[in-house]
Amino acid sequence: MAKEIIKIENLKRYFKVGDETVKALRGVSFTIYEGEFVTIMGTSGSGKSTLLNTLGCLDTPTSGEYYLDGIAVKGMGKNERARIRNRKIGFIFQNYNLLPKTTALENVELPLLYNSSVSAKERSERAEKCLREVGLGERLFHKSNQMSGGQQQRVAIARALVNNPVIILADEATGNLDTRTSFSILTLFQRLYKEGKTIIFVTHNPEIALYSSRNIMLRDGHIVSDEYNSDIKSAEEVYRNLPEEND
Amino acid sequence: MNIQNLFKIAIKALGNNKMRCFLTMLGVIIGVGAVIAMLAIGQGSKNSIKAQISEMGSNMIMIMPGAERRGGVRQSSDDMQTLKPADYEAIVSQATGIAHITPTVSSSGQWVNGNNNYPSQAQGVNTQYLDIRQRKVAEGEMFTEADVKTAAKVCILGKTLVDNLFPDGSDPIGKVVRFGSIPLTVIGVLDEKGYNTMGQDQDDLALVPYTTVMKRMLAIDYLQGIQASAIDENRTEETIEEITDILRTQHKLREDQEDNFTIRSMQELAQMISSTSSMMTVLLACVAGISLLVGGIGIMNIMIVSVTERTREIGLRMSIGATGKDIMTQFLIEAIIISVTGGILGILTGAIATWMIKLFAHWPVQIDPSSVILSFVVCTAIGIIFGFYPAAKASNLDPIEAIRYE
Repeated sequence: MAKEIIKIENLKRYFKVGDETVKALRGVSFTIYEGEFVTIMGTSGSGKSTLLNTLGCLDTPTSGEYYLDGIAVKGMGKNERARIRNRKIGFIFQNYNLLPKTTALENVELPLLYNSSVSAKERSERAEKCLREVGLGERLFHKSNQMSGGQQQRVAIARALVNNPVIILADEATGNLDTRTSFSILTLFQRLYKEGKTIIFVTHNPEIALYSSRNIMLRDGHIVSDEYNSDIKSAEEVYRNLPEEND
Repeated sequence: MNIQNLFKIAIKALGNNKMRCFLTMLGVIIGVGAVIAMLAIGQGSKNSIKAQISEMGSNMIMIMPGAERRGGVRQSSDDMQTLKPADYEAIVSQATGIAHITPTVSSSGQWVNGNNNYPSQAQGVNTQYLDIRQRKVAEGEMFTEADVKTAAKVCILGKTLVDNLFPDGSDPIGKVVRFGSIPLTVIGVLDEKGYNTMGQDQDDLALVPYTTVMKRMLAIDYLQGIQASAIDENRTEETIEEITDILRTQHKLREDQEDNFTIRSMQELAQMISSTSSMMTVLLACVAGISLLVGGIGIMNIMIVSVTERTREIGLRMSIGATGKDIMTQFLIEAIIISVTGGILGILTGAIATWMIKLFAHWPVQIDPSSVILSFVVCTAIGIIFGFYPAAKASNLDPIEAIRYE
């Protein structure tokens, strides 16, 4: 039996908006094991962003239990959650969120800057290693605004890997990219999956589910389906077959 | 999170906005520069007043007839005639703390030499006057005790008088000049001293034995004042008390009667003048301080803008593990870097401005180390105080909202 990375039980999250209570999550339960590549899918308003925020320890549930790597997150204070984000989670965002006018290396080093047990030397070594892993070994000192969208997202992925997280949380990681670049990024995710990383990929694009090992569908705060994918398509193949654009 | 890393982050962030950072700093630079320069001017003028007064003799004591004047109350002429030569003699024989003492009487009038004339004073003094006022006879000789006793018709001229009465440059020694209708033989010329702080020509006077002024010019039997110098500057107060006792006994004043004379020391005068100049310094420093405050508000303003502008960055930092405290410290460090760097540059600017004032306006200036330390401390405080609100605002952001902020 693989290790339980994420275990949520009857997770509920209600927001008060004026006099109304918005029920974003109405009791969600699942367990994600080490080495899974899970897509969480749903239309806007399905509660997937709230779920992602909760899984990412940015938000706390109204009720229900959440264990991340065996640790109960519910009831943690702000600072404890910041620490757990720093040590156990790697975030990837739709709009990359790199620091402007900052080199790729410095961007990747950032999470380690907030971890005082990592020395300056170790920091740059680990950042460099991660950048090589995502194929940016030649662009260590390029500034974020000198890079294309695909390259920026690769830097963001390297940044998410640098702290050796137990889980990588990607939020619409290919949403801002053209098809070809999207598939190159997906290829990278599949490679990380093969290397044994645990990945949660939140998206509204149903196509992406074909490339993951498991797909969870959300609607109105409930899980409507949770299916394992036995026939994972290779993103790399699609990427190779896409014509290069010469405009 | 260690402070060193936060410093790196803060410096990096400031480096991304060099121009804005410099302009914000400029407010502090000007503020601190102004404070330093103003305090330097104030301190300089205070020092120069002190120096001039001590040159005149800081141990000098002046005794004047009449009670201390209050408000605009006029005193009768009788009250102004309370100092007699006998009082002077009593002080000379009884006071122990006095080094030199001279009675003073002066008469204004026209000095005449042939067809040249000049309006000035005849200062009636004794031979010790020179020691009290720290002056010298440059040419010729001072009159003697014998001249004082006999009310001799002799005078020592100041440089201004010599220039006006002997415009051809001839040697005045031995010549006979007239003061009003009284002929006086010039036996000496005073050393040149120029103008003092109050703008008085210290060479525009002539010294005559006080007896000559009393008997031959004014025909009075009282003294207009007595000037003395204490043996020790630090014992001026005691000496003043001693003289007060002597004079009260001389004047047969009862316990309940007020003094009918006034004693002032140069120290008091110095204090009076320097307190006026202190007040000016405080006023100037206040104005400069206000500009420093405005500089501080500038920092706060820019930091608030910066927090809003970097909301996404703050959200990102938080989502990858920065605590609220980390964010707060980062922004506080940024504010402090701006204010402290501005402070250091401001101190330099102030020093340069002070130097320029000295060079071009020839004002006496002195930079007090304490004013440098003060501005530095105030700057750091300003950075913390005005950086606090924006930093707190940044640290209270919700990472979920911040990261999606457009």
